[in-house]
Order: sequence, then structure tokens, then C-alpha cells
Amino acid sequence: MSTTTKQDLLSVGSSPHIHSQLKPAQLMGDVIIALFPVTGAAIYIYGWPAVWLIAVSVISAVLSEFVSNRLLRRKRETIGDLSAVVTGLLLALSVSPTVPIWAIIIGAMFAIVITKQLFGGMGHNFVNPALAGRAFMMASWPALMTTFRFVSGFVPAGATAVDAVTSATRLTQIAQHPHTPLENWQQFLLTSGGCLGEVSGAALILGAIWLLARRVIKLDTPLAYILSFVIFTFAFSPTGFFNAQGVHLIDELISGGLLLGAFYMVTDYTTSPMTTTGRLIFGAMCGLITVTIRRFGGYPEGVSYAILISNLFVPLIDRTIKPPSFATLKTRKQKGAENG
Amino acid sequence: MTVQEADLVKKKPKRSGMKVILNGIFRENPIFVLVLGTCPTLAVTVSAYNGLGMGLATTFVLVCSNLVISLLRKIVPEKVRIPIYVTVIAAFVSIVQMIMTAWLPELNEALGVYIPLIVVNCIILARAEAFASKNNAWHSTMDGLGMGIGFTLALVIMGSIRELIGLGTVFGMSVFGAAYPQAIFFVLPAGGFLTFGFLIGAFNAIMTMNTRRTNRRERERRSAATAACSACPAKLICESAQNGDGIAPEKEAIGEERSE
Repeated sequence: MSTTTKQDLLSVGSSPHIHSQLKPAQLMGDVIIALFPVTGAAIYIYGWPAVWLIAVSVISAVLSEFVSNRLLRRKRETIGDLSAVVTGLLLALSVSPTVPIWAIIIGAMFAIVITKQLFGGMGHNFVNPALAGRAFMMASWPALMTTFRFVSGFVPAGATAVDAVTSATRLTQIAQHPHTPLENWQQFLLTSGGCLGEVSGAALILGAIWLLARRVIKLDTPLAYILSFVIFTFAFSPTGFFNAQGVHLIDELISGGLLLGAFYMVTDYTTSPMTTTGRLIFGAMCGLITVTIRRFGGYPEGVSYAILISNLFVPLIDRTIKPPSFATLKTRKQKGAENG
Repeated sequence: MTVQEADLVKKKPKRSGMKVILNGIFRENPIFVLVLGTCPTLAVTVSAYNGLGMGLATTFVLVCSNLVISLLRKIVPEKVRIPIYVTVIAAFVSIVQMIMTAWLPELNEALGVYIPLIVVNCIILARAEAFASKNNAWHSTMDGLGMGIGFTLALVIMGSIRELIGLGTVFGMSVFGAAYPQAIFFVLPAGGFLTFGFLIGAFNAIMTMNTRRTNRRERERRSAATAACSACPAKLICESAQNGDGIAPEKEAIGEERSE
């Protein structure tokens, strides 16, 4: 708090504003705390490769921010706001455990330097940096990003809660091998398929509850995302329009990066709309694109591209949907009452 | 008046052919400064060889069309000049394509539709309109050559960078060895835009540095001249005549008119 300078207090947009003493570092700190459970689960499942990936990703993200601040002659040091740590962590959680270390270093550099710093630093990036880094890695080394081999972690032999098979992602097998409710529950708790952040839906939900309780995120975007995802999953069901047969909703919901994206990525302040209506539209758009890619696209998983594409529409959404100007709403209502 | 003063006062640059060529390569580089012909630039530069081929084909068309249009500039009626330019350009593009199909079928295949599209390439049309139709044949040819070289250089640089990072080769020759993990991103359109942006930035930085150095030299020269004429009786007249000429504003090379 003591770092609040006069300049901080003066740099505001149009009125009215309530000034908050909340600092970016506190928000980002909460996000990091919220990501602890899933990080722990990933390390438990995948072991040392996961530890290295996460550590290297976070360190290279922070270093990239530090060096680029120097090169761009930024006046204020921004590594203290922890946003680079969050970006590095999210990037590591969105890749497969078999990704080589050098690849994640380049990915983290791309995320921080190109997506964030070159566009003006924190608050000016036009898409989610972690997802942009992932998309860059995906475009550059598709083979490395989509190859999954079995990685034995710290799981004791004979632990029953964990699937024995490691595969790309559950999404590719849902159609052939739909899970029973019990299997679904086990997968939700802990599974060994897919990217680091996909190992435990329960851990993701736990972190999301923390974020909601701390009021770091609002429920509107995630809810709109998941709701529109459910609706469009039914709408574009493999057996026909709104034909529930062949739709394995729970499987679709808990597999892949949907929960990670819905609670930790679409809620990014910079790349989501200002107004609640805008955020609902944004979330619904993410859901539609995710289903479209999953159902008709070439990739098994569409969450990251869905969020990236929707990010690009945020300025348009914000331009279209503007909050009513201060103190005009009441007048309009009064006018309506007067007229009839 | 000293000799230095004399050429400071009536410094009217006489345009030489070489100067026109260099102008096309640096100060008005069609890709990095004028930002013309972006579409073929981004599409073709997946490899250095393609960039070179495209650049040379465009250079040939530029030189020939500039020459012919300059020769025709007094006959062409104002109202129909654009169709006439396009006709001239199209004739040379057809020649290029025929030559390419005959001698370099692979390159022709790789460049695809972008060879016929040279007809509507804005660099060529812009040079015809802005330069060749107003200047004599010699200068127009040199302008075409300079612009062509500038374009080719830009394309080769961009193609080499994209090929080097994207595939680990330059002109098809392996640089990093077979173990290099190819960053395919750079061969994809998105990587093209990224490379393009970085190259424009680098080019601007170099040009700004250059302008600064020229300005500093000019200032030094000027202060030396002022020191010499402190004893001269015509000092005041001289100074007022010099005021505000000769020194280019900094960043001028970046193209102020492009900024919003």
C-alpha cells in the first residue's frame, strides 16, 4: 500500500470511479493460490517433468518480463505484480508433460514479450498471453505438443483412482468409450490424461471457489461459457440437431481444458469485456467456438483457440455494449412513466 | 564567403542516377518504408529462394514499365492513364511469366498466382503514377531499378529469416543441422506478419539512427561555418538565409504521414 503514489491515484478514466486500494499483486497472488491444488495434482501425477516444466515456465516468464522492461525502457518495474508468474504457471498447465524444456522457454518468452510487453505491458495485451504462448508452441511444434507418452509421477503403484493409460486427452476417446458415472467421478478427482492442468477437475473447482470467495473473479463469464457449451454440445450432437443421444455431457465437461479455461482464462480482466452483458456474450461465444472446434474441427480440443478468438472480439463487444451513462437510467425510467 | 558557406547557401541537390537508386533501397524502401505490396511480401516469403524469384521478377517489370511509361508520359491522355499503365505493366508481366514457365517451372509453381498478380502490384502502379509519369526516362529506369532492388532485398531478408527460423535452412541449405526443431510458426502467415513487424521496426531504428547522425554532422559543419564567418560583414544576411534549411527533422525517414 505504501507504494501508492500520487500518480497512481490520478491515472483514472472517466467518472464515476470508486478507488480501490487493491493492487494487481494481491489479485495475482490469489490466482496463484487458487492454482496451487491443480499444480499439486499435476506434480503428483506427472512427477519431476511437471516440476521442471512449471518452474522453468514461471522463471522464464518472469525473466522475460524483467529483460523486456529493461530493453523497452519501461519506467516502472512490473515483475512485482506477479502477472508474469501467473502467465508462466498457466502456460505450463496448458501443455503436455512431455513438452521439452527449451520449447516452454520459448513459449513463455513469446507469451510475455510479444503478446504482452510489445503491446504495452500489463493491461494492454489483446489476447491472453499464456494462451497465445501455447498457440505459438502449437503452431511451431505441433508434433511435440500433441505427443503424449506415459509419464510416471509420484503416484504409488496400485493406486486405483488413477487411469493406467495416458493418452492425448480423454476427448479423443469419448465417442468410443463413454465413461460410467463412477469413472467420471474418478476422472474428475484425478486422472492421468492430457495436459498438466487437465489432471483434476476437482482441484480446478476448488481453486475457482477460492477466487470467487476472494471476489477476484465473477461467476458471470464462466457460467455463460459453460452454459453455452452445454447448449451447443446438445445442439451439435453427433446424432442430429438437439438429439441427446450420443452426447456424453459430463465427459465433455470434465475432459480437456474447459474448466481451466472457464475459470482462469476467460476471467482475465484485460481480455474480457467491461460490462456484465458483454461478459455474458463473450462467454457464450467461447462456448460456441469450443463446441464447434471439438465437434467439427481438426483438433480434439478447442478451448484455447476459442478463448483466443473470442478475446479478439472483446473491443468490439465493449464498443457495442456500453454501460448507461451515470444518472441517466433513472431519468429514462421517469420519462417512461410520464409517457404512459 | 568561404567555399563551405557557398554550398550551404545554394545547396540544391542534383539528382544523379545513383541517388535515385539508393533512394529506392533505403529512404523509400517499398516494403519497409512505403509499406506497399504487402500481400505478395507476406505470401511469398516462406523461403529465401521464393523471395529472390519474386523480387527479381518484380524488378524486371518495374524497370521496363517505368521506362516505357516515362517515354509515353507526354502522349498519354490524363483521363485514361491508369488503364494504359496497367496495359504496359501487364505486357511485361506476361513476358516474365512466359520466361518463368519455360525456364523456372518450379519457381513458377511455388509463386503461383502472385506472378500474374504483379500486374496490380501497388509498388509498380505507384511508381508509374508518382515517378515515371513525371520524370525522364533515365531517372525513371533508375527509380525502377532502385525500387526493385529495395523490394528484392526486403523479400530476401524476410524470406531468409522465416526460412531460417521456420525450417532451419537458408536457400534450401541446412544451417542448424537435421536436429533443429523447425518452428513452423514462422513459415505460417502469422509468422510472416510477426517477422514483417520486427523488420519494419529494425529498419526504422536504423534509419532514425542514420538521420540523427546526418543531422549531427550537418550541425557540426554549420557551427564550423559560423565560427569562420564571425568576422564577415555579411554575417547577418547569411544567417537569416540559412535559417531552417538543410537539417531534416528527426524521424523523417519513418514516414510521418503514415502515423495517425
